[in-house]
Amino acid sequence: MKNQLSRRSLLGRISAVAAGVLAAPVAKAAKTVTQKLLVASDAPKGYDPTQHEWVMAIDANRCIGCGLCAEACKKENHVPEGPYFRTWVERYIIRKPQPGSGAARGETLVDSPDGGIHGYPEAPVPKEEIQHSFFVPKLCNLCKHSPCTQVCPVGATFDAPDGAVLIDPTYCIGCGFCIQACPYGCRFLSPVTKTAEKCTLCYHRITRGLKPACVEVCPTQARIFGDLKNPKPDDPIQQFYQNNLVEALKPHLGTEPRVFYAGIDKEVR
Amino acid sequence: MTNEITNIVQVLAPHFEGYVYPNEATQQPLWGILIVLYPYITGLVAGAFIMASLVRVFNVKALEPVYRLSMLTAFAFLLCAPLPLLFHLGHPERCYEVMMTPHLTSPMAIFGFVYAWYLMAVLLLELWFDYRRDFVAWSESTPGFKGILYRLFTVGVTDVSQPAVQLDHKTGQILSIVGIPSAFLLHGYVGFIFGSIKANPWWGNVLMPIIFIMSAMVSGIALCVFNYMVLTWIRRKTVDMKCLDVMGMFLFYALVVDTAIEGLDWIHRIYSAEEGFRVIQYMAREKLFYTLSLGQVTFGTLVPLILLGLLQLVRRRVPELQRRRMYFASACLILTGVLAMRWNVVIGGQLFSKSLRGVMGYKMEFAGLEGWFMGAALLCLPFIILTVFVKLFLAEHEQR
Repeated sequence: MKNQLSRRSLLGRISAVAAGVLAAPVAKAAKTVTQKLLVASDAPKGYDPTQHEWVMAIDANRCIGCGLCAEACKKENHVPEGPYFRTWVERYIIRKPQPGSGAARGETLVDSPDGGIHGYPEAPVPKEEIQHSFFVPKLCNLCKHSPCTQVCPVGATFDAPDGAVLIDPTYCIGCGFCIQACPYGCRFLSPVTKTAEKCTLCYHRITRGLKPACVEVCPTQARIFGDLKNPKPDDPIQQFYQNNLVEALKPHLGTEPRVFYAGIDKEVR
Repeated sequence: MTNEITNIVQVLAPHFEGYVYPNEATQQPLWGILIVLYPYITGLVAGAFIMASLVRVFNVKALEPVYRLSMLTAFAFLLCAPLPLLFHLGHPERCYEVMMTPHLTSPMAIFGFVYAWYLMAVLLLELWFDYRRDFVAWSESTPGFKGILYRLFTVGVTDVSQPAVQLDHKTGQILSIVGIPSAFLLHGYVGFIFGSIKANPWWGNVLMPIIFIMSAMVSGIALCVFNYMVLTWIRRKTVDMKCLDVMGMFLFYALVVDTAIEGLDWIHRIYSAEEGFRVIQYMAREKLFYTLSLGQVTFGTLVPLILLGLLQLVRRRVPELQRRRMYFASACLILTGVLAMRWNVVIGGQLFSKSLRGVMGYKMEFAGLEGWFMGAALLCLPFIILTVFVKLFLAEHEQR
């Protein structure tokens, strides 16, 4: 009889431990959410993320492919050397169709040597064979339904109430799941911190009333940045929407990017 | 080769073709051999457990000789399942956060709980209820350290009266019934980790969890055949042919279902031919020719399918020795084929750009965390653990 009881009590103890193990994460998750709202990364004290809605717009018609934006970003955010970019510029060259091919256009050539930081070499196609050529700056698409946030196993990456998608580097376990989940190739695993990194819209700048570094240095104002909740008179963002038909990248994935493009072709992915 | 992939403008590095996003132009894919092994090992666990459940739940008496070996196999492999995951993390020291502050929409976070549930609530408990009576007997009959170990394993519950043993048996059976959906959940979730990635046309697929479950069952049963035959050979005993034939039968039917579902997946991909199809087609034809067409399809599926199918049809006319050889060859081929399948999913899914305009090459190194050596070591580890388990728990049992 004694042994029967000891088995029962053993099972009881196991259940108690299991219940404890299951309850602890719930409590800790609640704590983390609160923490995140209070200490949203690099923002100064007094910054209220609920009072802003940051968006970025790209006017590809204006981009000249100088790559200053990508360079400024690397410097401003101490992005590691090598194939690691928070923003980059792609060059698209659409060839004229081969005579007699019956096609409306030829093949599309895309490149982004070193993210476009040092500009671009001469086009690999003779000028007279080019139908269209344009540059497309790329960055985090600030998805409303961000797949990267959805898959993070610890919640280290999160959607700030102001539209920025941020990563808590002290919390990221470096599993790389978010990098796989980002359809736009905007994330990388930093070889320095061993955590995921991405464009933060220069959160340390925008929360202090400055523009992101890439927007600041763009000589042609191809990158337009603004706050939908606090429109200024002749707000560039409002004007952008007024003057252009806009599109987002990979809309079929349902991510609803907050970065909109004007002047891009169907070939841009 | 399609237009989209040949459009090389500037050669980035020798192992890139076409255009890849700058962040994708790394020397190695983000997830390497470790993440190939993780679903492989987890699948073997789930499959071996299902195999054991055939005895426990479905009362397939012929399989009794392999019941305990299957359970121990599942346990040994389950202990190693999280290791590759842990090693590949950028910050392994923060791994506990997956359990402490899980992000509930993440398949990877939920996997932590499914794993813990499976290890603690299903396998460990079932094994304990299974072995308790033996532990009590062995702790009394075995001297020295081993005896102390067995006594520890009894956790002080030494009642071996008829009702107590019956209760053990009943609890074990209930756990086994709970275990079947748990095993499906365990490996289905692994499939979902890949299937949920809509950004990747190679992965994002509703059939992925089912494909993973089926291939897990196939590989798990094949592993039990392999282990059983190797163990009897080492112990110089004769193989129970009835048991082997039944295992072969289940292996064959599981393989038929697995092949059908994977075939369905490909038919769907080819027929719907969505945006990413051209790059997928190129991958299958060029980049993954050896591991997909040869490793997975021809030698991992078709050859064992023919071998096992033949044995189903003309079993009685094949002499025992030939039969044993055919079963063993099928098991080895399937085990390699499923490993190739995990490679094709994990590595294949990272060898093309998400811009769908280019592909990357990958040559695995020998040394290093993601190298051949580490992979082989991690694959050997569960076998080493299993050897210890067999020495501790199976030899004694058979002597009894």
